[in-house]
Amino acid sequence: MLPKQEVVAMLLAGGQGSRLGVLTKNLAKPAVPFGGKYRIIDFPLSNCVNSGIETVGVLTQYQPLELNEYIGSGQPWDLDSMDAGVHVLPPYQKSKGSDWYKGTANAITQNIPFIERYNPEYVVVLSGDHIYKMDYAKMIAFHKEKEAAVTIAVQQVPMAEASRFGILNTNEDDSIYEFDEKPKQPKNDLANMGIYVFTWEKLRKFLLADEEDPDSDNDFGKNVLPAMLNAGEKMFAYRFEGYWKDVGTIDSLWEANMDLLDPNVPLDLGDPDWRIYSRNPVMPPHYIAKGAHVQNSLIAEGCNVYGDMEFSILFAGVYVAPGAEVMSSIIMPGARIEEGAKVQYAIVAEDAVVGAGAVVGMKPEEMEDKDKWGVAVVGPKAHVAPGGCVAPQEMLDAEEGVK
Amino acid sequence: MMRGNDVIGILFAYVHEERVRELTENRVMASIPFGGRYRLVDFALSNLVNSGVNKVGVITEQNYQSLMDHLGSGKSWNLSRKREGLYLLPPFGADTNRTEGLVASLASIHRFLKNSKEEYVLLSNCDTVSNIDYRDVFRFHTDKNADITVIYRHGTSPDTDRNVVYTVDPEGFVRDMLIKRGSDVNCNYGFGKCIMRRQMLMDMVEDCMSRNLYDFDRDVLQRNLKDLRIFAYECTSAAYTITSFHSFFEANMALMDPKVRAQLFLPDRPVYTKVRDDMPAKYGLGSSVTNSIVADGCVIDGEVENCVIFRGVKVHKGAKLQNCVIMQDCVVGEDCRLDYVVADKNVIFDAGRKMAGYQSYPVYVGKGSRV
Repeated sequence: MLPKQEVVAMLLAGGQGSRLGVLTKNLAKPAVPFGGKYRIIDFPLSNCVNSGIETVGVLTQYQPLELNEYIGSGQPWDLDSMDAGVHVLPPYQKSKGSDWYKGTANAITQNIPFIERYNPEYVVVLSGDHIYKMDYAKMIAFHKEKEAAVTIAVQQVPMAEASRFGILNTNEDDSIYEFDEKPKQPKNDLANMGIYVFTWEKLRKFLLADEEDPDSDNDFGKNVLPAMLNAGEKMFAYRFEGYWKDVGTIDSLWEANMDLLDPNVPLDLGDPDWRIYSRNPVMPPHYIAKGAHVQNSLIAEGCNVYGDMEFSILFAGVYVAPGAEVMSSIIMPGARIEEGAKVQYAIVAEDAVVGAGAVVGMKPEEMEDKDKWGVAVVGPKAHVAPGGCVAPQEMLDAEEGVK
Repeated sequence: MMRGNDVIGILFAYVHEERVRELTENRVMASIPFGGRYRLVDFALSNLVNSGVNKVGVITEQNYQSLMDHLGSGKSWNLSRKREGLYLLPPFGADTNRTEGLVASLASIHRFLKNSKEEYVLLSNCDTVSNIDYRDVFRFHTDKNADITVIYRHGTSPDTDRNVVYTVDPEGFVRDMLIKRGSDVNCNYGFGKCIMRRQMLMDMVEDCMSRNLYDFDRDVLQRNLKDLRIFAYECTSAAYTITSFHSFFEANMALMDPKVRAQLFLPDRPVYTKVRDDMPAKYGLGSSVTNSIVADGCVIDGEVENCVIFRGVKVHKGAKLQNCVIMQDCVVGEDCRLDYVVADKNVIFDAGRKMAGYQSYPVYVGKGSRV
């Protein structure tokens, strides 16, 4: 028996993230690079550590290789202690059959033995595709105070946008009486953030019941939470104020990166009291050459910048050649932007090359048909040929050959 | 071939620190900050680790707190291991008098050397910034059937009056060796690195101690020129020995040259250092940075030209920095003007301060000062 942990966090990291296209072709969504030196999963992992949660299970299924390697022993997040730490939990074979994770709830059900080893009071269920800084300890304290079976973090959204979210309809004391998934006529403006605190004993009971139901999709949102509500369990909404963004699409991933360059957005990565930890590249500091022009940008270690860049983010080891222009774009680790290339409103993925004089993406104001505008994407290891072009909304896949 | 467990690395953390009094007042030579995010010891350690050496002893004398803080368990260099790894060797007991010379230092770690199983030792100072593959040196050592192999560079020496200068024949055999040799012309100068058998080192140290001889260059190397096969291996890549405050400044400035960076920072032989988990550097609107090295965690809103900016430095709007080395976590206030300034860690320049040195004489601002 391991020492008891009051709280165990379970991080759902198995989704394919198909809406991120080429970026997640060979990579699980939580391992997608973010913000110049991080990966998306650094945010929930760092939040756990900074909130005092020392036991984290990461449920992986889709393309886990790079994610597993990245998490490793958990040392970068201080999650490598003797009796706790971070554990990668893929689906596995059992003596009585084996299965992929069928749904979010099933992923937790299959790992009940993992959770029970720590004999926790509470289980926190998190998503691996959100960017935010949150003290889960405060949410757990709220959960205890309300003596709830489940507490769901919510964020107030503008009423006009509420129909895009899972909305929680609440009573005056913030207890939940109804789930309203993407309502046409929203009654409330509290959006579900996908962050749950469960009293373990209750969750365990409902998970096992859900597993018995052959018609269930074994999904938290669709099955388990409504079942708990119907059974009259105490469910509360916990209001979170602060930056929170789902980065499940190319546009939202691009926007969330750009938010880091906006001084009005309350997401400070430099806060020494709430650091976001990550696996650091072993590279020298970056170099800004004579004649380079850098405005409102983030630049990581190992970059060499000879060209012009503004409102952009360079990850480790990026090269921007003389005469190249990078504007409102995200350039992921090891990518090269060659001489005279123009990259605007684009995401250039790991180890991709934008050849000399090539054009990737376009400013929205230069588009005749505004509906055709969108972020251009150059996939991992893809090459844009010298003088080539990747149009807005287009995605270049390395396996489609040179463009 | 060099197998990791056949060689121990011995680093002298304190050697030559009297040459850079400004920077070593509160730290040892090995922990002098360099190049935006490193300490000098990072280069010495990374060279060993990248060459397959996984047992390293670091000999310290005094003021080694900052070094211990930096090295920790050795994890960042992959030296936190069950088998072997990093050994800090501070002075032990009253009979340790390391100020006498390197021989006395080596005598004081007699037990460490004796209990090691490795066949060879590689001795190195920590005052040189370089990226050397010791596997090549070791191959040279065995090919020549040498007793001792020293490493040298050919060129104008970094220090005009305190060098070891070798006369080397075309085979690499050391014909002669001059200590504290003044030289303005091209010569073969050593920079405190050599390889030999562990047992031979222990024997020679014992012999020297019993004769009251403490100077490694004079009493171990020079005294045995006739009796031993001493060879010299030429290092042809970039190497900067910090011999003075001015050479420290120049070595930092040399990093602006892409050729120098390409020789020091190789993708397959990276320079490891302690991780700090800073965010990427942030450049504000209206900032202007050219020909500079900038590390993680910096926030640059002012103008920076020909500078090395360490981790976590803030340069506020309107400030103008030229030819400066600004160490970790300094704050440069609005409208400051700094030219040829070396600011040690945690210096605060209040708004509007002006300070200027000259290329041949950069101004030094001590750790934690407020200007």
